[in-house]
Amino acid sequence: METIFNHLSDKLISTLKKGEHLIISFDGEKSQFIRFNNASIRQTGLVDDATMSLKFIANGRTCHGAFTVSGNQDIDIQRGENEIDRMRKESKEIPPDPFLVMPKNSGSSHEIKKVNGLPFDNAVSALIPVMEGIDFVGIWVNGKMYRGNANSAGQRHWFETDSHCLDYSLVTPSHQMVKGCYAGSDWSQENYEKYVENSKSKLKIMNRKPIKVNTGEYKTWFEAAAVADFLSMFSWNGISEASIRQGCSGFGRMRHEDVRLSSKLSLAEDFSPGLCPKFNSEGEVSKDSLTLIENGKLKNTLVSSRSAKEYNLDSNYAESGEYLRSPRMAPGNLSHSKVLKKLDKGLYLSNIHYLNWSDNSGGRITGLTRYACFWVENGEIVAPIKTMRFDDSFYNFFGNQLLEVENKLTVVPETSTYEKRSLGATTCPGILVNSFALTL
Amino acid sequence: MKLDIDLQKLLGAVNVPADWVGIREVYEAHTPRMIRDGVPVANSHASTHGLMVEVLVDGQFGYFGTPKLTQEGVSDAANKAFLQAKLASKHSLFSFDVNARPVFKGEYISPYKKGRESLSAGSLNKLLLDAYNSLKISDKIVSAHSLCQIIETKSKFISSNGSDINQEFLMLEFDLSATAADGSNQQTRTFAGMRGTCRQVGVEFFDQEEIMVNANRIGEQALELLHAEECPSGEMDIVIAPDQMMLQIHESIGHALEVDRILGDERNYAGWSFVKLEDFGTLKYGSDLMNVTFDPTMESEFASYAFDDGGLKATKEYLIKEGTLLRGLGGQESQIRSGLEGVANFRSSGWNRAPIDRMANINLESGDSSFDELISSVENGVYMESNKSWSIDDYRNKFQFGCEYGRLIENGKLTKVVKNPNYRGISIPFWNSLKGVGNSETFGIYGTPNCGKGEPNQVIRVGHASPACLFGNIQVFGGV
Repeated sequence: METIFNHLSDKLISTLKKGEHLIISFDGEKSQFIRFNNASIRQTGLVDDATMSLKFIANGRTCHGAFTVSGNQDIDIQRGENEIDRMRKESKEIPPDPFLVMPKNSGSSHEIKKVNGLPFDNAVSALIPVMEGIDFVGIWVNGKMYRGNANSAGQRHWFETDSHCLDYSLVTPSHQMVKGCYAGSDWSQENYEKYVENSKSKLKIMNRKPIKVNTGEYKTWFEAAAVADFLSMFSWNGISEASIRQGCSGFGRMRHEDVRLSSKLSLAEDFSPGLCPKFNSEGEVSKDSLTLIENGKLKNTLVSSRSAKEYNLDSNYAESGEYLRSPRMAPGNLSHSKVLKKLDKGLYLSNIHYLNWSDNSGGRITGLTRYACFWVENGEIVAPIKTMRFDDSFYNFFGNQLLEVENKLTVVPETSTYEKRSLGATTCPGILVNSFALTL
Repeated sequence: MKLDIDLQKLLGAVNVPADWVGIREVYEAHTPRMIRDGVPVANSHASTHGLMVEVLVDGQFGYFGTPKLTQEGVSDAANKAFLQAKLASKHSLFSFDVNARPVFKGEYISPYKKGRESLSAGSLNKLLLDAYNSLKISDKIVSAHSLCQIIETKSKFISSNGSDINQEFLMLEFDLSATAADGSNQQTRTFAGMRGTCRQVGVEFFDQEEIMVNANRIGEQALELLHAEECPSGEMDIVIAPDQMMLQIHESIGHALEVDRILGDERNYAGWSFVKLEDFGTLKYGSDLMNVTFDPTMESEFASYAFDDGGLKATKEYLIKEGTLLRGLGGQESQIRSGLEGVANFRSSGWNRAPIDRMANINLESGDSSFDELISSVENGVYMESNKSWSIDDYRNKFQFGCEYGRLIENGKLTKVVKNPNYRGISIPFWNSLKGVGNSETFGIYGTPNCGKGEPNQVIRVGHASPACLFGNIQVFGGV
């Protein structure tokens, strides 16, 4: 795939005329997907896919184009040249772009992760046996992913990785569920079976009769997976500089009114785990770590080079959408073994579901409990709870209501496969909150 | 772009002992253009083109999505799909036969007068810039944008049992948005909320005069909202405009009726459903005023088509009639698995994803109340337009929606504007509280380009049309 990318990039860059610039972004995958329902196979298949995206700059204008890379050299060159011709013509009729981001050569990079993964043809026989006897539903995703970037200033990046992810739910006869996500690069049959067996053991407590809790405010423990979901909201009308400037960010109160979150909360964009490339689709390379929130104070927002030009700031080489790519929330002091005792009485939420801003400027987020969520009394789990809706502001649960932060971090992998498989993960601890509002 | 590959020749290159083979070729191009704050921020043309080769082996379907449009590419794809299906067939959830892929031949072309190329990039940018200037009516409008996206999709499907289907779609998404802000007080008004304005139509859609009038209205309403009171809290009647009914139908009817969800396929992702297989024909879903259809035949609605991606011919069907649940959203595979009647809704997001049960056009049929009659029957309530927030649980029971724009209804009259109008409820009691359905004059056609579902994930386009509706005694609330 890298050879195809390099050859095609060279060829397209060579077609540029004087005063024309090109930034090329590439993504591809060779993936296996197996979908399970009731520990049986619902759908199975493979996908080979690759897309080359072009940003063409000429005459003070910016145009974009993209096409599928077929792997056939002649076809792909023709598709690329057609796109460049189209953009060349278009650049003569659209309005000028005052915030052009020109390509630069700030050095190239090359990273290929060699792994000992599970061959596609062995997946069924490796995965199925440990599922037997339980209602297992989910998706197996496996294979290589590619990201590349090249530009007419001579810079080039390549990132290639190989990974698997079994994202699943175990379901009791009374429809209570436990969530699991076994992800990694090298395949270990023993570790996989241990992981699923551990999930199975959690089903026992789910067999207790679920109880209904009333609406109201509760002391609440959020497992790391739930915290990761809250943090994901910061990528959508949150920590983006453009969002704040354009009046559609929940971070407005931090920017305009100097409102602070809890001093126990610190958040950074941290690329050191190497789970996704450090270069963005412009080919710009981020620092290993960028502090965003330090002890509750907003230190940095995500600033793309385009926003930097538009608002006269320094870029920190965020993606053009200014979303989090590799967030890491700092650990605190609370040991997981002490969580139930510290919680004493309240809610223990392992996962949350379907989040949305219910009042973006107030930082209010609504969503629902899902999977292993429990009622706790006297420091012991009483029973799972029936699904409840919550609606509360992150200025509360990450702010003055935040009591404790777990001392251990969990890596919550990005499992999205919309259009293509995603890279990256959120690394975060669980949190204990003094008050959290259930509304329905 | 013309699809000129001889798919029959490619099918002839397949050499595997499968019970059935199908090839679906899909080309799709998106052309978004956007002006934000007076500056072009998107002028793009992104295309994708490939083949889904699907085989049936020992009761199990297997697939291979490939960008290689050659005999060698298809042959290789079929071999690999065959092996995947063969390995899986010992553990199949359901053993299908060739009846899962019915035989149809035919074609469909979106109704339109002017294609993409009849409006140049320069003309469209000028139109969007003019619209931006009409949105930006005050310095308090801190950001505004106008955007359109033209989508061209071409799909061909042939199979070893004789299906031969060609479908070509031309679609538009259009939005105008103005955000007024004063410090952290910020309010956004758009053309129909969350890209709700999306249709199967040509560029004749762009009526300069109408766009400028709407842009000016949206700018003014954003300013109105900035200074408006918060929506009151309490239990009261609400009248919902079609551009919010769209999402209400989508989340609390559409997804709940997807038969693959009811059968449990989605439990690890989108979730299950409160609807059970035995509910069809008996469940009182809503009041007698409630009539809901699956209607792929409605002209210009976003998800109209003649055949689904499994090749099944699409027809209009009642899902809910006079409040009683009749039929689910299940394609041929789900109909076979469940034994229920369904609809032609086995759809995929492209050549690289296998079809699953999806919504298409799900519409609430018009009633006989005028808009004034709906409003005049409310003593104390809120009228709400345009979705800005949505959330519902994994069984499609407990929902909460937020709208951009609200007006109080006091003693049968629309009065002052309120900001952050929200409401929440539970699907079945909510639909049974439907006490007024607007007539055809209140009817609006909308949709959403971003319906997510499936593993691997797929985003798909759906259409929803509805009149304005009145619901009684709903939990309403405002912002922080």
